[in-house]
Amino acid sequence: MPVSATREHVEEVIFEALAKLGPERDQITREATFESLDIDSLDLVELAQVIEDEFGVEMKSEDAERLETVGDAIDLVVSRAS
Amino acid sequence: MRKGCALVTGASRGIGAATALALAADGWPVGVNYRSDAEGAERVTAAIEAAGGRAVALQADVRDPGAADALFPVLEERFGPVLVLVNNAGVRADALAPQLDDDDWQSVIDTNLSAAFRLTRRALRRMVRERFGRIVNVASVVGPRANPGQANYAASKAGLIGFTRTVAAEVARRGVTVNAVAPGFVETEMTQGLLERVVAEIPARRAGTPAEVAACVRFLASEEAAYVTGATLTVDGGLSA
Repeated sequence: MPVSATREHVEEVIFEALAKLGPERDQITREATFESLDIDSLDLVELAQVIEDEFGVEMKSEDAERLETVGDAIDLVVSRAS
Repeated sequence: MRKGCALVTGASRGIGAATALALAADGWPVGVNYRSDAEGAERVTAAIEAAGGRAVALQADVRDPGAADALFPVLEERFGPVLVLVNNAGVRADALAPQLDDDDWQSVIDTNLSAAFRLTRRALRRMVRERFGRIVNVASVVGPRANPGQANYAASKAGLIGFTRTVAAEVARRGVTVNAVAPGFVETEMTQGLLERVVAEIPARRAGTPAEVAACVRFLASEEAAYVTGATLTVDGGLSA
């Protein structure tokens, strides 16, 4: 079931999901770009799936294309979940 | 053995039924999908259970865009994630192109191609996260090869092969393989009445059996086939050689 999407919780879930996709934990910050983390389009599909399962927020490919930083993804989820 | 299961569409008879039995023999719990032949699907699940395997018969018309949402949650709940998907359900509605009507075009494309896409899309979400998956699409030698009277069928199967190759390239780095088998003339209800006409053209001089196609699907679904992806394995007694 989707749980409440506080900014802290969203950040935690997204950071954790990204860490499973390759980058070192200390590289993952709100300011880090997906490009710098070597997160590719298939990784973003997987991140979208985690976000949908956790928060019930659908992230389409056109949304993903607009995301540059990890913070952008967090903001998108928080705005849609509230 | 991995925790998960296999889904075979159109598994109440023919190649689908043989495939369900073969995957169950490899230890996969199997979702035996059928559209109308409940009795056939029950026979397949009973045979799997009699051999010590696990299976469930699942009714769904794969042409229905909601079919994936009907099938996957049931299997996930019962057996875990669908890690092997065999898009086998297929129909034909033959006529020469000048006489092929819209309904016969559309129903063949919907069943043979669009359904495979929708089920693959749903299956991949989980396979990508599990870092393992096997998708096998049952295509045909008709598509790469001409067969007058089957423009709709040939288009659907050639489309399925193109789909297979591209999706294979998209997900290969996640340990998910996507392949096709291309049977030639196989003795099933679908090919009844066609065989005598073509058997002389087949170098093996006989039709294939559903079990011979299922053996190829079983290989492509196996752990050992991890480095085979985007391929089409022809099973046709030399017809297209």
